Amino acid sequence: MIENFDLTMVNWARAQFALTAMYHWLFVPLTLGLSWLVAFYHTIYVKTGSEEWKRLTKFWMKLFGVNFAIGVATGIIMEFEFGTNWSNYSWMVGDIFGAPLAIEGIIAFFLEATFFAVMFFGWNRVSKKFHLFSTWMVAVGSNMSAVWILVANAWMQYPVGQAFNPDTARFEMQNFFEVAFSPYAVSKFTHTTSSSMLVAALFILSISSWFLLRGRHVIMAKRSIVVASVFGLVASIFVVFNGDESAYQIAEVQPMKLAAFEGLWDGENSAGLVALGIVNRDKRVDNEEEPFEFEFRIPGLLSLMANRSFGSFVPGIKDLVYGNEEYNIVGAAQKMERGKVAISNLDAYKQALKSGDQATADIHLATFNEHKEFLGYGFLEKPEDTVPPVALSFNAFHIMVALGSLFPLVFFAYLYFSLKGTLENKKLLLGGGTVLYILGLVASQAGWVVAEVGRQPWAIQGLLPVTVARTNLTTGTVQTTFYMFLILFTLLLLAEISIMAKQVSIGPEED
Amino acid sequence: MEQIIVKQPSLPIRIYRFYLDGFRQMTLGKTLWKIIFIKLLIIFGVLKLFFFPDFLATNFTTDKDRADYVIDQITQSVQVTNTLEKGDQL
Repeated sequence: MIENFDLTMVNWARAQFALTAMYHWLFVPLTLGLSWLVAFYHTIYVKTGSEEWKRLTKFWMKLFGVNFAIGVATGIIMEFEFGTNWSNYSWMVGDIFGAPLAIEGIIAFFLEATFFAVMFFGWNRVSKKFHLFSTWMVAVGSNMSAVWILVANAWMQYPVGQAFNPDTARFEMQNFFEVAFSPYAVSKFTHTTSSSMLVAALFILSISSWFLLRGRHVIMAKRSIVVASVFGLVASIFVVFNGDESAYQIAEVQPMKLAAFEGLWDGENSAGLVALGIVNRDKRVDNEEEPFEFEFRIPGLLSLMANRSFGSFVPGIKDLVYGNEEYNIVGAAQKMERGKVAISNLDAYKQALKSGDQATADIHLATFNEHKEFLGYGFLEKPEDTVPPVALSFNAFHIMVALGSLFPLVFFAYLYFSLKGTLENKKLLLGGGTVLYILGLVASQAGWVVAEVGRQPWAIQGLLPVTVARTNLTTGTVQTTFYMFLILFTLLLLAEISIMAKQVSIGPEED
Repeated sequence: MEQIIVKQPSLPIRIYRFYLDGFRQMTLGKTLWKIIFIKLLIIFGVLKLFFFPDFLATNFTTDKDRADYVIDQITQSVQVTNTLEKGDQL
């Protein structure tokens, strides 16, 4: 059935969405994280009354403003894409996301418009306390504006609290709290915002390291580093534990994603975590190729991560595709059969309603409801279609984990040498530190690749594959806008780099 | 002795002046606002208007029509199979 769809259009639409989302995500983590750091710096200034802390706060606030101004509204483009390229999906989830996203946008706009102005214009013009309050509200507002979009993303990976209405063709919300506070949504929000704090702390370390290497604004750089190191250390440790919790949830609700990002083709007891490895790109679920060119595994660690038990069984890709009776794992083929029954009965239900045969419609509706849990599988052509791109998922996951493990050590080193008073002499650390922000962005982007590529082929896990979520458009239409976005976003990125570099070069202004 | 009473402007006027003075004193901010306006113009005035119509809103007038279209889209694979089966019987 999947062969009826234009895969080329789907892939271009996916590429376009990935392009816009990844460019958008170059700006967002810095906005989310830097807003908190600016609030901390501002608080220290208000507490101490020190002019040096004021200069420092104004400097980072200015860079926050540059990033915010360039990045603002880049996310709106994704909403355009939903309506144009992904109209089936948009229609089907509109009841769940439409109103909350709109309300969130309006609240965020007014919150930010009010307090942003006070934060930037308020120096010596409003009371110190109200000014500080505004800075904190900008941080709260910026981070709150990320809530519902992350809840929406979490719902797509773990669609709870909904029921499909065959009359409206919509997934309708049955329980708001189940959607908003699902463990997956809470974990997604905390992991994303805490990792953004980490990225912002790395941004400050990078620029401050550069200042120290040049011998410029030394006091400001040192003070910035101390606060950013503490902030970053706490955030990075939280990210590690929170990431582990995310993996535990993924093992439960998206076992195929876990198997893909560990390159685990055959399920194992005491499954090892690959610490280092190169994936064999020719490996497929239906061939006997070796999965890795080479790999080094830590025994039992994947089982511990997935099930909180060293000796437990972790299903591999083959178990999930073909089933495994011993461990009670239902294969994709069986789910596809039930999915096809669901689709057939949905169609028959609509036909019966059209012809006014309510009794027959009720019978088909009852059968549809029995099998609707597997609706999405009915659109797949073969069980092997349930396998996401393994090499990309594996590489992205391991890049994210490697960098995520490095960052706490880096923050600790910066803090240790700062407190010891020898940071200025550590030229190697400072030299490496200038690229930390780029590494933070790489880790952050890799995290989204893991989340989004690892869940393919699903737009909504188990219910709607991307091939059915799309609009029936020609490939050329999507290609044209893909290149337009590429140009627009590249120009914005160049503007960001250019303005940011100039402001860093100027440094903090004297009052 | 004559007492001079300075009347404070009303709250809306103070807020208006706060924003006005803030915008007047901007330096880097002016460049950033230019970028924001150009960007919004491109996004809403060009991309949204000419390249990103809302497919269902543009092509259908009622929610029922939209729902029927989407159901038709997601069940089309079954319809193709049914048509082929009927063709076989003929």
